[in-house]
This record gives sequence, structure tokens and C-alpha cells, in this order.
Amino acid sequence: MEAKPSQLRLEPLLWILFSAGGVVAAFLIPMHLFLQRIAFPLGWAKAPDYATTTAFVAHPLVRLYLFVLCSVPLFHFAHRIRYTLYDGLQIKHLNEVIAVCCYGSAVFGTLVAGLLLWNIH
Amino acid sequence: MKSASATPAYTLNHPRWYRKRVSTYWWLQRWEYLRFVLREVSSAFVAFFVVTTLAQLYALSRGPEAYAGFQQWLKNPFVIALNVVSFFFVVFHSITWFSLSARAMVVRIGGKRVPGALISSSNYAAWLVVSAVIAWFLLRG
Repeated sequence: MEAKPSQLRLEPLLWILFSAGGVVAAFLIPMHLFLQRIAFPLGWAKAPDYATTTAFVAHPLVRLYLFVLCSVPLFHFAHRIRYTLYDGLQIKHLNEVIAVCCYGSAVFGTLVAGLLLWNIH
Repeated sequence: MKSASATPAYTLNHPRWYRKRVSTYWWLQRWEYLRFVLREVSSAFVAFFVVTTLAQLYALSRGPEAYAGFQQWLKNPFVIALNVVSFFFVVFHSITWFSLSARAMVVRIGGKRVPGALISSSNYAAWLVVSAVIAWFLLRG
């Protein structure tokens, strides 16, 4: 137990964030992606205008929703890419660097999301 | 202090383990392996969606012109093509995630384990409901 206590505490949290992100991505992202990135740009459906969107996004619950929508899927991504690089390309000697880069980008994205959503009025 | 079980005495002079060298391209050898790697790669498209969503929020905070510019960028054929590919990958993630949760979740009712098919089908039902709610919010504006 005395070997690496810090790693022992962090790993379960990363797995929880991974699976939470997997759930959020599986349930929420397909419809968002289909409407906002395909149907609206192609004119299949009318996109909400600027005023409606700002008013909607200003609501605290919508902001909280968007924060979760952006944050946990990034940890899901970080976790999967970390292990894909580890197993897939067999670059075990870069294990620490990869982990720091992957989770670091997820933390950075979370901070950006928090900052953007905090400042929207 | 290391425990005895971690380094048993009889393994001190063990012969070198035989480990076959695995090719870097092992995941191209079988469809099951490739499917596994594609499932993992789907997370990159999830991340792409998040990044464009953050860009959208940034454009929204910059004002109507910036937001119009972002929406124009979304109409770029390459961006649409990338988003269509992303859509298929994310749906692939959803399907594999629901069948995975059927194996990972052990739900017991009355002492009996609920069959995996029931768990994944209830996941699909919930997916439909959640998607309908999202569509309702996005389309009413």
C-alpha cells in the first residue's frame, strides 16, 4: 500500500470520469451533433437565432447542462486515447507523458468551458 | 517493506518468460480488433464535438456577427463532411456503450439477475426519450 498512494487515489476518479463521460456522450451528443452540426447548417431545420440562443444559454440550468456536456466527455476522450496509445502503439515508455497530456487537455477544456459559461450573460 | 507474496523465493532465478512480440499493427489483423480500436477512436470525434461547442459558446459571447461567422463556418462542406463522419462515430459509441453497460451493470430484481438484453433495450428507450427532449429544446426556437 505504501508504494504509490497518490496513484491509488487518482485512478478510481479517472475511471468514474471516463464512464460518466461515456454515458453523457452516448445519450446526449448524437442528437446535438445531428441537429446543430448537420441539420441546421444544411437547412433541413431552422436554427434558433442569436437572441433566442443567448437568452436560452443564459439560464443557469442550461449553463450547468452545457458545462457537463463539455467537461466529462473530455475525460472520457482522455482516458480512451491514453489506453489506445498505450496498447495500440505500445509506447509504454511514454506512459507518464501521455497521461499528463491527455488528462491535462481535459482539465484545460473544462476550465475553458467553465470560464465561457460563467461569463455569458 | 515488501511482502513475501510479492517476491516469492522460488521466482528469484526463474527463466525468462516467453513473450511473443506483438506487432504494432495488431489491431489491423482481425475485424474484432479493428472494431475495438474504432470504438476507442470514436472518443476523438466526441472531443471534436466538444471543441466546436466551446468555439460556438465563444462566438456567442462575442456578439451576433461572430455567431453568424461561426454558423457560416459550419456550412463549409469539409466541416459538414467531418461532422457527418463524427455523427456515425458517436452513434457507434452509443451502440457499443449500451451493449457494454448490459454486461457491466448487474441489476437484480427478486434475487434474479436482469438479463442484459433488457438493460440494453431500456438504455435504447431512454436514449430515444433524451434525444426527443433535446430535439424539442433545439427546434422550438
